[in-house]
Amino acid sequence: MADVALSSPRAAPSRAANVWTYVRGHVWFVIAAVVVAAYVFAAAFAPFVAPFAPTEQDMMSFMAPPAWGPHLLGTDSFGQDLLSRTIYGARYALLIGLGAVLIGAGGGLVVGLAAGLIGGRVEWALMRLVDSLLALPSLIMAIAFISILGQGVDKVVLAVGVALIGPFSRTVRGDVLQVKAQPFVEAARLMGVGTLAIVWRHIIPNVIFPLAVQATIRVSYAILVSSGLSFIGIGVTPPTPDWGLMIAEGRSFVSFAPWIAGVPGAALAVLLIALSVVGDGVREQFDPKLKKEG
Amino acid sequence: MSMPSELFRLLDVEKAYDVGRKGGLFASGPRRRLAALDGVRLSLKAGESVAIVGESGSGKTTLLRVLLGLTSPSDGRALYREKDITLLQGEDRDRFCREVAMIYQDARGSLNPRMSILDLVAEPLDHHGLCKPSERRDRVAALLSRVGLPPEMMERYTSALSGGQVRRVAIARALASSPAVLVADEAVSGLDVSTQAQLLKLLRDLQREMGVSLLFITHDLGVAAYLCERIAVMYLGRIVETGLTKDVLSAPAHPYTRALLNAAPKFFEPIAEPLGGEIPSPIDLPPGCRFAGRCPEARDDCRASDPELVAGAPNREFACLHPLIGEPAFA
Repeated sequence: MADVALSSPRAAPSRAANVWTYVRGHVWFVIAAVVVAAYVFAAAFAPFVAPFAPTEQDMMSFMAPPAWGPHLLGTDSFGQDLLSRTIYGARYALLIGLGAVLIGAGGGLVVGLAAGLIGGRVEWALMRLVDSLLALPSLIMAIAFISILGQGVDKVVLAVGVALIGPFSRTVRGDVLQVKAQPFVEAARLMGVGTLAIVWRHIIPNVIFPLAVQATIRVSYAILVSSGLSFIGIGVTPPTPDWGLMIAEGRSFVSFAPWIAGVPGAALAVLLIALSVVGDGVREQFDPKLKKEG
Repeated sequence: MSMPSELFRLLDVEKAYDVGRKGGLFASGPRRRLAALDGVRLSLKAGESVAIVGESGSGKTTLLRVLLGLTSPSDGRALYREKDITLLQGEDRDRFCREVAMIYQDARGSLNPRMSILDLVAEPLDHHGLCKPSERRDRVAALLSRVGLPPEMMERYTSALSGGQVRRVAIARALASSPAVLVADEAVSGLDVSTQAQLLKLLRDLQREMGVSLLFITHDLGVAAYLCERIAVMYLGRIVETGLTKDVLSAPAHPYTRALLNAAPKFFEPIAEPLGGEIPSPIDLPPGCRFAGRCPEARDDCRASDPELVAGAPNREFACLHPLIGEPAFA
């Protein structure tokens, strides 16, 4: 049969050649993935990677510029090593980013599924609630939550996470409505499959992948919002080596010691860009509809 | 066995939709009804193959939805093994789900893209508890080879398959629960002719070897002639002619059937003068025969009285006051 013969497998190239072809085709994705991996590594092994403890003060050098020596990226106004603080800061950034996205995506999945599946008044009520959440920028929302919850890393995770439920709910609902109308859902119903099994086997798998893709992209957004909270002084409390906080501290000296704000700022910018590129790559990779054959 | 030989029976099935008043929100006219199906009588016996043909808008899809129990008729009864389809419960409903398998026009859309071919074909087996977990792979392999696909394909996803392969998977899945009836909606349209021919041959072989009934919805008379012993021609929510496919297509009684036949292109012949106009709106039909406005044979009485589907010849029914063969229905 012609249509069968067409798909017979070609001679499989060697594994190394495969990897090389992949790297060549996805240069930016690979670079970004390496960068993200480096941040994760640095965060996980901060005590071993960082030359100093994050709050250790060097009484001999305040606001020292980046130079070859003990303080490669310089020190801040308290004589704390910027490289070490930035490395420890990656812990908070990644923790807050991942935690907030997990809360946002989890909550969004529940709300979106409920709205998309139940429909009617429930959907109307949920989506108007989401609309009102979306009417405020996430940062403002997070500020509101922080003012209720109080300060601290866990509070920031919760506040940013809740602020993200809105956008996640909206996409999940849209995907649910789209998947629900697919013939395979009707086919399952004709087969006699019950509603819960249809949701579990046919609808959730088809909304969870786009959700995961959106989550990887939103991690960077969550980090940005949490840094924003710290920057305006209501997120994480000093002397925690949080990037937003470090940028805020360095702000007063930016004209004559730009590295104090610049180093954590650059660390933040590079991580955000790398995460976005990885997010896009993940979408291409795991969406079978976007994936190219061969 | 006291089992009735008829699987499906439609008794004067009517499906009407309320489409509101003419002129929109503030109109005051009478409410209008759209009759998607209007007095459809049809039966499908075990092992029989019936083609339903008609233009788009003729009610084929509504008929299909009624047969599958997705919509209930607004009047008349739709029966499966002598029980109302939309009222089936418990054991009867399980049996209906197991015995009636659907092959969709959009084969790719009817298969969950996140499930492997193995899981897709095995889903009816799993759902109806038709095989032990240890036999699952073998059963799926057997089904795949039955439709001409290599068993290695099990691990793949539909996104990696060609259009013809996807249709074969859909057929394998439909066969999994050993159904009594295959309902196919344009199952071979939109494919290149060689693939179409392979699938048609496959369906015909399956129908003959497994004794499964086939209800094939199509707009292609050639496909209907190849696959089905009986044919029902639909026009505007009604069956206007039915009988053995070879009789109907060799000597159509209803002018609409003849027009359909003439509209199919033939080798080396100019296409006959096509039927004028389009299928009229099924809202607020004028009295008389619903085909009268487009019928080249229409006479005065056609515009006055609406012909019923009656036996006009052995094994043959048509709804026409002035049929092209035999005795007129109302002589």
